[in-house]
Formats: sequence, C-alpha cells, structure tokens
Amino acid sequence: MSKFHISATVNGEAVEYLCDPKQTLLDVLRDELNLTGSKEGCSSGDCGACSVTLDGRLVCSCLVLGVEMQGRSVETIESMASGEKLHPLQQKFLEAAALQCGFCTPGFLVAAKSLLEKNPNPTESETRYWLAGNLCRCTGYDKIIRAVLETAADMRGSK
Amino acid sequence: MAGYEGKAFKWVGTRPVRPDGVDKVTGRANYGADQNLAGQLTGRILRSPHAHAKILSIDTSKAEKLPGVKAVITGKDFPQMHRGVLPGDEGVNFHYLSSNIMARDKALYDGHAVAAVAATSAAIAEEALALIDVKYEVLPHVIDVDDALKPGAPLLHDDIFTTGVNPKPDKPSNTVQRVHMALGDANAAFKDADIIVERSFKSKTVHQGYIEPHAVVAEWCEDGQARIWCSSQGHFMVRALTARLLNMEVAQVRVMPAEIGGGFGGKTIIFIEPTAVLLARKAERPVRIVMSRDEVFRATGPAPGSSIDVKIGAKKNGMLVAAVGEFRFQAGAFPGSPLGPACMAAFGPYALAHVTSAGYEAVTNRPLCFSYRAPGAPLASFAVESVIDEIAQKLNIDPMEMRIMNGSKEGTQMVYGPKLKAVGNLECLKAIKNHPINKIPLGPNQGRGLAAGFWFNLGGQSSAVVNIAEDGTATIMTGSPDIGGSRASMALMAAEVLGIDYSKVRPIVGDTSAVGFCEITHGSRVTFATGMAIIQAAEDVVLQCRQRVAAMWEVDVEAVVWEDGHARPAGANAGEQKPLSLAQIAARAARTGGPLVGKAAINAGGAGPAFAVHICDVEVDPETGGVKILRYVASQDAGKAIHPSYVEGQIQGGAVQGIGWALNEEYIYGADGRLQNSGFLDYRIPVASDLPMIEPIILEIPNPGHPFGVRGVGEVGIVPPLAALANAISRATGVRMMDLPMTPPKILAAIDAKK
Repeated sequence: MSKFHISATVNGEAVEYLCDPKQTLLDVLRDELNLTGSKEGCSSGDCGACSVTLDGRLVCSCLVLGVEMQGRSVETIESMASGEKLHPLQQKFLEAAALQCGFCTPGFLVAAKSLLEKNPNPTESETRYWLAGNLCRCTGYDKIIRAVLETAADMRGSK
Repeated sequence: MAGYEGKAFKWVGTRPVRPDGVDKVTGRANYGADQNLAGQLTGRILRSPHAHAKILSIDTSKAEKLPGVKAVITGKDFPQMHRGVLPGDEGVNFHYLSSNIMARDKALYDGHAVAAVAATSAAIAEEALALIDVKYEVLPHVIDVDDALKPGAPLLHDDIFTTGVNPKPDKPSNTVQRVHMALGDANAAFKDADIIVERSFKSKTVHQGYIEPHAVVAEWCEDGQARIWCSSQGHFMVRALTARLLNMEVAQVRVMPAEIGGGFGGKTIIFIEPTAVLLARKAERPVRIVMSRDEVFRATGPAPGSSIDVKIGAKKNGMLVAAVGEFRFQAGAFPGSPLGPACMAAFGPYALAHVTSAGYEAVTNRPLCFSYRAPGAPLASFAVESVIDEIAQKLNIDPMEMRIMNGSKEGTQMVYGPKLKAVGNLECLKAIKNHPINKIPLGPNQGRGLAAGFWFNLGGQSSAVVNIAEDGTATIMTGSPDIGGSRASMALMAAEVLGIDYSKVRPIVGDTSAVGFCEITHGSRVTFATGMAIIQAAEDVVLQCRQRVAAMWEVDVEAVVWEDGHARPAGANAGEQKPLSLAQIAARAARTGGPLVGKAAINAGGAGPAFAVHICDVEVDPETGGVKILRYVASQDAGKAIHPSYVEGQIQGGAVQGIGWALNEEYIYGADGRLQNSGFLDYRIPVASDLPMIEPIILEIPNPGHPFGVRGVGEVGIVPPLAALANAISRATGVRMMDLPMTPPKILAAIDAKK
C-alpha cells in the first residue's frame, strides 16, 4: 500500500511526512518525527498518555490518523516549555512531586494546560473530571490535582 | 554504621526537585519504547487464542516469504533448558521461564506466545503474524484456583509433584506446594475463646496496571555480544535471565536501563527480551518489541486471585486467643505465586501466641501470576482484617482499641521465625486514632472503616560508586532502576555524608557493564539497601579525603575530621591548619593519590518491617450499590523519610492501587478460558474523579538496621485498603463483602438479600 504525503504544523513548525493509512498521529509523532514525549499506554484512548492538542483541542493522538493531519496543527509536550523556561505547570509538577515514574506526566501536563486555558479557576471536582481521561498508577492523583490547582492560583495571581 | 544517631540532618528529610525531573516534564526522558536504533525492525508476537491446547504444528513458511519480513522464530529457536530446578538456581525453573516466554509443545493460557516475527514495519509484522499457521488440539482448561486443586482437574504439567506434603505424591497435579507455619497450637487454643468468627473470601486476578507497556530493543553483534535497552525493575536481572535462557555468558549481554514507566513488581521478571535478541540475531538487525495493552493484560505477570479461609477466636474484652488462615493462591500457568509471603504477612499486625498460617498454590490456565506490591499480603490482610473487624462488631468494642490491645510491637514473635525489633505498628494505630477524621459525624448510608497492614521489606545486594569531579562536584551511580524518585533519595544521602550541596550531586543509574551488581528494585529495598551502599561509598570518599589531608598536614588521620564538606584539624595531634573543602581536596587529587572514587558493594541485612494503618469514610448508594470514598487517611512508618514528598507519594499511590483492587479491578474470563477485559476501558483502574485527596501521615520510628534509620516504604501502603473499604462498607450497609472486587452489583445484591 502506498504512503500518503502530509503537510502539517507540529509545535509551530511546518512539517512534511509520509505515512501509511494505518499509522496514528501518535505513531507519526513518535516514529516519523522522533517526538517521543507523547507516550503510548493503551492505543485505545483510555489512558491519555498520548494527549496532544489538535487545532487547539485536547485529543488522544492514538485516536487520530496520521493521514487526517493535512493542513492541521498539533502541539505536543515538546513545545510546552519556552526556551529554558518551563511552563508553570511543569515547574509546579516538579516542586510538588506530582510525578513518580513520569510516564503519564506529558499527557497530564498537556491535558492540564488545556484545562487552564479554558477554565483558569477550576474547582477540585472540575479538575478531577477534566483529568479523568488521564491514567496515573503511581501517585493516586493527589499531588497531581494539587499541583494543577496551585498552578491555576499562581497564574491567576500573576495576571 | 554508627555515628548518625541523634545527628541533625541537613539534606535528609528535605524536599528538593528530583534530579531527573526536568527530563520527565519535558518529554525528554527515554522509556523502553523510545529507543530507536538505525535499521531497527519491528517485532511482533503471535499468541495463543486458547486457554489450553496442544501445539500440533507451526507453519511459518508463508510469513517468511512476505516481503519485508526479516525473521520468524518459534519455540524451536530457543535453547532447551534443564527440566526442573538445579542447585544454585535459587528455585528458578528455567524450563518454565523459557516456556512462558515462548510456548513449546503446549499453549497454557490465552495470550501465551507461540511465534514471533521481525519486519520492516508494524503493518508488515502484523500481516506476517496472520500468515503463521498454528494447528492446535484444544484441551480442557481450568481457571479457578479451587477447581484447579480438585482431583481430576485438567492437568497443566506432568512434572509438578506437590512439595511440602508428606508423603511426597507419586502422581503429578496442579498443586505446586503446601506451605505451613505455626506458633503454639491454634486449634487447641480456640477452646479458650469467647467468640470465634470463621469466614471464607474470594478474589480475582488483578494487574499491576503500570501505564508503560513492556518494551525492548535488542541488538546482536557479530562477535556474539548482545545489547539490550529495556525498562525493567532490574537490568541485572534482565541480563542474568536472558543470558541463561540463550546459553550465553553473562558478560556477553549488556543491558541499558531505560526509564521505567511503572512496575509495582510486574517488571521483576522477563517476558520479551530473549525473543527480541533471537529475532535480532536471525534478522541481523536491531529489533524493537513493544507490547500492546492487550498483551500486557494477557501475557505478563498479574497478581493471583485467591480463595481464603480465616478463623479467629477472641475473649469478650477483645483479646485475641488464636487464629488460623488457610490461603489458596492461583499460580497462573507456571509456579510463582506469592503464597509464602502471604502466609508470613497475614497476621503481622498482631501479637498472637497461637497462630497457624498455611496454604496451597495451584497452577491454572492463566498468565503467570507474579509479584504485585507487597506480594500476597493485600489478599491475606483483606481476609484477616475483615474477620478482626467483624469480631469487634460482634463484641461491640472499638475496632481501633481492639487492634491496639493486640498489636504487634518490639519483641513480638512472628509466625515466620524472627522477633520484631523496633517497629511502628502501635504508633501508626495511635496516629489514626488521634486523627480529626474520627470526630466527623457520618450521615445516612455512610460508614467508617479501619485496617492495618504489615510487610517485611527486603535488603539484599547493591553496589554504588561516588565519583568526585575535579571541582568537588559528585556524580553518583548505582544499578537500581529509579521507579519513583530514588535518584533524589540517593543524591540526598550522598550530599548528607559528603557535606556538599544537593545540587552538586548528580545521580545516574548505570548499565550492567558500568556499575557493580544490584538486585532488582523490589521489596521496598532501594532506598534502604542501595541507599546504604551510597552512604558507604560516600563515607569511602570522606575517609580518602581525610587520609590525603592528614598526609598533607603530616598528622594522623584521626586528627582530621570531616564536617560540613570540609576536612578540619581536630584532636590531640591536630595543628593549626586551615580547613580544606571537598573542592580544594579534589583540585589536589592528582598530587595526593589520583582520582577520588568511593565504592561500596554490599549485601544489606537489617531491613526493617513496615506497618501501615488506613482509615476511610465511604457512602454507599442504596439504589446502585456504588461506593463513594469521602475521606481517606493513611499512616505509615517510614523509619526515616529521606525525601518526604516521595514517601507520601508511595503511601498515596499504594492506597489508590488498593482502592482499585477493592472496588473495581478483576480479570474476567469467559467459559472458553479467554480473557474478556484486556483493556483499560473494561479493566477499570481508579481515575482522578473516583477519588478524594489521600492524606498521608509519615511516622519515623528509626530502623536500627540502617545508618539513617530508613525502612522501605514502597509496598505496605497497598496492604490495608482492601479491608479498610470492606469494613467501611460493612458499617455503612450492615453487609459484609467477602468477594473482591466489591462492585456495585455485588453490594446491591448483598443489601437486597439482607432486606
């Protein structure tokens, strides 16, 4: 089966790639573009480790096909820090020990950033439901939820 | 080892950012599946759809001819191992281990590997799997442990003869072993009890549920060396087992530890590494195998399901008189279930003069049952703590007071042999007793439950190197994979001993050719044992510094002390010299004896047992049977919390895994012996919206066996939640759940039956 030629925007840069019709966006990111920060935990949209934003909307990149990307724009964990400056969520996750093994962390950060862009002042319950699509098996979620709520408060305070 | 008692720590007990943190919040950290070698092929594994079947033939010819397929292997490509356990192999049956990785004459469970391919793309590899023609003769299967123990059950192996029974059986069976340990005479002592409660419990297989699937990249070199990149709980374990199964010398295999995306015991054994090496050798190109989530559920090493009877007798005042536990554990298709540890841990929180802990392990047509966080203890504890709670209910006494009056403490004789040294059981109980949660009034359909848990913790072999750079900064290396922040703990302990800033210590996990042997990251051992190696390696540096400075000053080494990262003059022979910092000493290394390298290679004894006590409030919906956890508080004795945030994380994570085990999680098999819920949608681990905050309470009752007082903290937190929830549900509803998981339909049926 021949491959498709796709032109898309990844983390603000124009990219071109060839992909076969079975490859997911996650496969393309990891295997064709060497962006391995997005993780595969299930390939069925249940774990959220592959969370990215597609044209600004939070999606599981394992549920998007690489061939659907023509003309579209994706943001991954690799673009979250700007230069040497971590995003406030990244910094807070470090300070609050909101990660243990770290495998789910990129997905949580991308999803939490998306939450705070939509809702700068989420309740604990709203945060827990927004992040219910991201599985973490190490932390019991406590420190993750606290880190997101504290970051939200910090970001509101600095505005 | 002495010298730290009563010392105020500068770094130990602080909460700095972990050294590997930035890599993990930016996506830069490399996990098992992130390795990418030039020319790398994709490996895929064909798995049996049958629970039990004779493999009549495997025809791989069509797959081999498919363009892009570079190698196909089956069980015939694996070296034959000795059948049985050889002396010196520490109980490992390498024939079974090899047969689990690739089936030989029989497939023993749904998901059992039967062949593997390496191809230039995933799509071609999958197409090739479909072209492999396996002819099976389907055999009767057995899934449940009680069924597997029955005479006449479908037989998995012809060479399992039950051990631990007298006389030794002359016929093979599914019963692997009988374990029996006792103190006093429990059966005779029950006559002194005012109340006896005897109950039976069942539980299903559950999975560790690490989010990172197993992944490996293997490379075969023309000189007969193999290189392996993989995530595991022990790359030395991967090296040893892979070398043995492929008839290679250990030093010919080099294993590079990737970051590990969770393990919880499930990555303490190998499943795919030898397969990847054989494919790479045959294909003459590197091969990457990444398991799918379906494969992780069907073909790794989940925790066993169980069938348990517990009988406990007590006096009217709540004093325990005697206890008997009979534990029957599934083993999966090969022996390996944690029956022994379950028997040992079951009654750990109690001082009992008369106790018997015994059980059977039986093979079943399921994936190998292996280690999951405090292996075996959560199941045993669920049964014991449920019966204790029921006795308290029946006697109408406070379950907390009953646990305190019977609690094990320093000097308590344990059923498995030793007497306890200083431990924190009573302190954990009292911390929960005094917590404000007890004053919060409960509403309708709400209940409060309590449970205690015990785990031994392990020590074992670890190596560490402390290299002092020319400017006095330090790189420290161990061979213990960092599964949840242990590099931070290692750096803190090294900084403490060296007396330099935490930020000047960079810890790494070295590969199998770079650092001395380290046992796997299990048994809550790394901060204890590998931490002890780091402390000793850093002390080695300090001693060398003192010796070099003593030579410079022309005084005895005793006249040079180490304080705050400086050599200072002290004692009778000391002179008037100016103190020298580690950086100053390092700068003179070339003129004082060469590089400053501290080393330690130890077999750490003295691991301190861990105790935990959890309390929770639940509300049970009488219409649905659904359980909502309102509050959760967990106390645990850490000995000494090196990095308290990561100790809290272990407590919180363990509690939530236990909550999933209690309420949601189970392997569901069809009548055909096939697993029906091999994905995260149907095997439901707790998500953020299921839970409240988990409040951790760290207690520090120093372990006398560690220079800083450290106990392991990783495992015991998963032990109490199962019973804590069952006990809370019992008080909320008046029904006692004895069958895990406590799903809404089961709870609803129990409530309806009581009406």
